[in-house]
Amino acid sequence: MTTLISKLVAGTSSFSQFKTNFRIFNYYAKPVLLPVIGMLIFMFLWTIAASSINTSLGKFPGPSEVGTQMVNLYQEHVAERDKADAFYQRQEERNAKRVAKDPTYEPKIRAYTGKETFLDQIITSLITVMSGFILAAFFAIPLGIAIGLSKNLNTAINPIIQIFKPVSPLAWLPLVTMAVSALYVSDDPYFAKSFVNSLITVTLCCIWPMVINTSVGVISINQDWDNVSKVLRLPKLKHIQKIVIPAAIPSIFTGMRMSLGVAWMVLIAAEMLAQNPGLGKFVWDEFQNGSSDSLSRIMTAVVVIGFIGFLLDRTMQKIQYHVSWNKDSAKL
Amino acid sequence: MTTLLNISKIDMVFPTPKGDFTALQNVDLQIKKGEFISLIGHSGCGKSTVLNVVAGLYQATKGGVLLNNKEVREPGPERAVVFQNHSLLPWLTCYQNVELAVKEVFRNKMSASEMKDWINHNIHLVHMDHAAHKLPDEISGGMKQRIGIARALAMQPEVLLMDEPFGALDALTRAHMQDSLMEIQDELNNTVIMITHDVDEAVLLSDRIVMMTNGPAATVGEILDVNLPRPRDRLALAKDPNYNNLRSSVLTFLYEKQRKVETITTSKKTSSKKEEVA
Repeated sequence: MTTLISKLVAGTSSFSQFKTNFRIFNYYAKPVLLPVIGMLIFMFLWTIAASSINTSLGKFPGPSEVGTQMVNLYQEHVAERDKADAFYQRQEERNAKRVAKDPTYEPKIRAYTGKETFLDQIITSLITVMSGFILAAFFAIPLGIAIGLSKNLNTAINPIIQIFKPVSPLAWLPLVTMAVSALYVSDDPYFAKSFVNSLITVTLCCIWPMVINTSVGVISINQDWDNVSKVLRLPKLKHIQKIVIPAAIPSIFTGMRMSLGVAWMVLIAAEMLAQNPGLGKFVWDEFQNGSSDSLSRIMTAVVVIGFIGFLLDRTMQKIQYHVSWNKDSAKL
Repeated sequence: MTTLLNISKIDMVFPTPKGDFTALQNVDLQIKKGEFISLIGHSGCGKSTVLNVVAGLYQATKGGVLLNNKEVREPGPERAVVFQNHSLLPWLTCYQNVELAVKEVFRNKMSASEMKDWINHNIHLVHMDHAAHKLPDEISGGMKQRIGIARALAMQPEVLLMDEPFGALDALTRAHMQDSLMEIQDELNNTVIMITHDVDEAVLLSDRIVMMTNGPAATVGEILDVNLPRPRDRLALAKDPNYNNLRSSVLTFLYEKQRKVETITTSKKTSSKKEEVA
């Protein structure tokens, strides 16, 4: 009945024109417009809530304060870089003068020791999270494949995984710190100790989801594919390379995306707790600083942390889409 | 002609938590070179188990399988399998799926260019040249099964094992595939064991139809020789009295002698079952 009516009504051209327009609107504008509306409502509520919270460090930061601080933090970064450049230039000029006076003088370059800016801290955190993540993948994926292939190994290792998996890596942090300072002794360390601490903490929290998901992917491999491999009498290594790894790729990526998400959260907490360089330290320093700008700078950090976490997951998703045969699992 | 494949008095017993389950008992069958054998029987009668024992994926509890007088102990490419649900590797294109088999079976026996020709030849045999570089997910079920057959044929098996190869296809596609298979068979004259539950398919394609009794402890019930001349044409055969006789003797076996007694669940029973599940 309704279709009949709509058919009758569609006869008038203006109405059908309106309908096509509406369809175009639905298809193209909705995916853009709705998030914008959501964002605007969120900003509005945030502004109202922020203005009604009075802290000892002033009003709770709203969107506009965050915007201001973003610009400020970037300008501070540029200013700091200029200072550093000027510092090196002065050194060079001074050295050149001394060499001109006394040719036997060997010039020394002293490193600039200014405070890390917000952008420096972001880069430090990103490097740490990626290194810890890659290190974890390096151990976890082969281990997961081995566990998935061998029932005995699975039975042997499973209790250990089950016990360590729920442990927050932050609980490990003091132990890691002490172990690193005892074992990582070198006069001229290539990596800073604080970096190694954060890295191991990230690795510890990345390893379990990756091991578990990889092994699940290998165990749940389609029996038919296994039979194909048997009929072809593929040697063990070729079986792993040609059948097992491609079959497990979707699960491996699920594990990697999960662990990268957790790692990013944990890293910030670890940096706050251990005063290791990175975004966590930035947040903690601002809190200790206690100026009237502190809260808005922390809020800026919160937004940036969230945005970077989102970008990390999106990047993994893009990689997954290109690597994995199962395009469905690469969607959100 | 001498026996190529000897399925010699095999028993198959599966251990279950409730005690041993005898799936097959004393299955005995000799197959000559170039013969096309169909295994037919009700579902659950152990047709697939026989095939898996021949393939080497299962080991018989008693008795054994001899191929060229050598005992079968493990799976191998000389007994290529066409699986019911094609089992193509979804991350490889059709060409690559066949390539994986050819590279493994003819390693050190063919040059790279010979391999390429051989792969293309087999893909051509199943009329899939146009989709050789597509992924399995991009082609239809019938096409996937064609590639599955091409992959098995490319191994140059001594026996081709087919586990309900067309079972998952719609009737029209199935008929098309059967014609294709007959055409290939005329050219290559392979030794084939095919599992089916389709009577027409069995009569149309086979030289002999092996009818299996119902499980548990299933065994060979009757063997029917199909002496219809080749090449066979499905339309002409439909009016052929000989064809219809053969067809009706298979039907008689399945629906009179081996009538499967389905347990009829009353509404009371189903409701109690539902409660159990809940």
